[in-house]
Amino acid sequence: MVTSSQHISQQFEKELQDIRSLVLAMGGLIEQQVANAQKALLTGDSELARSVIALDEDVNDFEVRIDEECIQIIALRQPTASDLRLVAGILKTITDLERIGDESVNIARMAMNLSEKDRPKKNYRELQSMGNHILGMLRDALDAFARFDAEQAIKVAHEDQDIDSEYEGIIRQLITYMMEDPRTVTQAIDMMWSARALERIGDHASNICEHIIYLVEGKDVRHLSLEKMAEVVREGKR
Amino acid sequence: MEATNSQQTTAARAIDIESLQRGQKLDMANETICLEVNNFNLFYGKKQALFDVNMKIAKNRVTAFIGPSGCGKSTLLRSFNRMNDLIDSVEISGEMLLDGQDLNKPSVNVADLRRQVGMVFQKPNPFPKSIYENVAYGLRLQGINDRSTLDKVVEKSLKGAALWDEVKDRLQESAMGMSGGQQQRLVIARAIAIEPEVLLLDEPASALDPLSTLKIEELIYELKEQYTIVIVTHNMQQAARVSDYTAFMYMGELIEFGATDELFTNPAKKQTEDYITGRYG
Repeated sequence: MVTSSQHISQQFEKELQDIRSLVLAMGGLIEQQVANAQKALLTGDSELARSVIALDEDVNDFEVRIDEECIQIIALRQPTASDLRLVAGILKTITDLERIGDESVNIARMAMNLSEKDRPKKNYRELQSMGNHILGMLRDALDAFARFDAEQAIKVAHEDQDIDSEYEGIIRQLITYMMEDPRTVTQAIDMMWSARALERIGDHASNICEHIIYLVEGKDVRHLSLEKMAEVVREGKR
Repeated sequence: MEATNSQQTTAARAIDIESLQRGQKLDMANETICLEVNNFNLFYGKKQALFDVNMKIAKNRVTAFIGPSGCGKSTLLRSFNRMNDLIDSVEISGEMLLDGQDLNKPSVNVADLRRQVGMVFQKPNPFPKSIYENVAYGLRLQGINDRSTLDKVVEKSLKGAALWDEVKDRLQESAMGMSGGQQQRLVIARAIAIEPEVLLLDEPASALDPLSTLKIEELIYELKEQYTIVIVTHNMQQAARVSDYTAFMYMGELIEFGATDELFTNPAKKQTEDYITGRYG
């Protein structure tokens, strides 16, 4: 339960608002980073890939800054209940966000490698569809955070399953390419790493959803099956 | 021999890990109940101060009452050893059981009850006597004057109140010369000298500096091994730190009662949430 009423201490209220806004700003930056990394991969644009890598410094700064603000709040305000869960949830969320940033840097590196090679006929269409899926998932997760929407968080967490099977499909396909024509092995390995990075981004987005459910409902749903997770959120609604 | 030892350690470690993983969730269902309040109402003349309170206080646990001023938490605390009897206009209904016996029955000897249910107040109230005599006071009232018995009890109580090392060389000095924090621990020593079952603490640390407060909190933690403790506090962080169970009261009603860690991380009621996070109602 997250209350909408105001704190008696306006300053505290503002500090909590501020960390929320910072997380959303960091999330926006990461969304852009992932989108550009995917685009660089698909188009072979090494300039764009370089900009993704450069953006990582900003993302890291965000992580450090939000970390500091949260520690400040814990030390000076001793938050309780939903405030405490918000701060704890944010501390965890930004770790996952930062990792997503790292994964998009990995993708950008692969994009730079691949830009120097011949483009395959299908032009990484499979990666495009998986990347779009991931981007949508990330956007929805950040949305759920902005609106403290546990139900949407559950929906997003469900999508991670589809992503996992897409990933397996891509790996199977790449194995087939490599067996048919060993000259594609270097390329295929880079693609495999990219697919792997995308799949990891999905995992982190789904972790973020778990943090959202914790901070909204006060229920720890990590390591639960999706059905069990939905059940916990339904109970909270009653 | 060594093999047996290492086997034991391994077994012990396995058990530890298991209990650590499970976490120690408190559950009233697993507790021995010391005090039980059933449909308890209290009136000061025409004004009702407590409304239909129902709760169970677990033995050898610390239960904290929190809530804004005037919510009835001190009134409820004082009902546990019938301190409200001293106010003429007070009327009550409902039950209050200590170990299953209604403590408001006319047949109950109030002096005996208060021996079983000791109380410590917000402001330390040592008697203008020596440190020794302050602690021995309750026993002398019971007619115990044997020097060696008193010596033993005084030492044990002062140790129990974590004060012995500070005062053992000046037991005959006046208690009025002690610091506020020491006086409060002296009063606790006086209360535990007669070995009560329950200790009621009404804002025991609100007049103390942070370090003396921490000493009192540490003491509470140690005392619960032997006593059931009920504490009223305005300091929510203190309630969160020292108590196993917390009751949130508002305008004479018990709004929420539960395990402290649950209440402070995920309260079930919005009123509780608003109060502990410092929000407008």
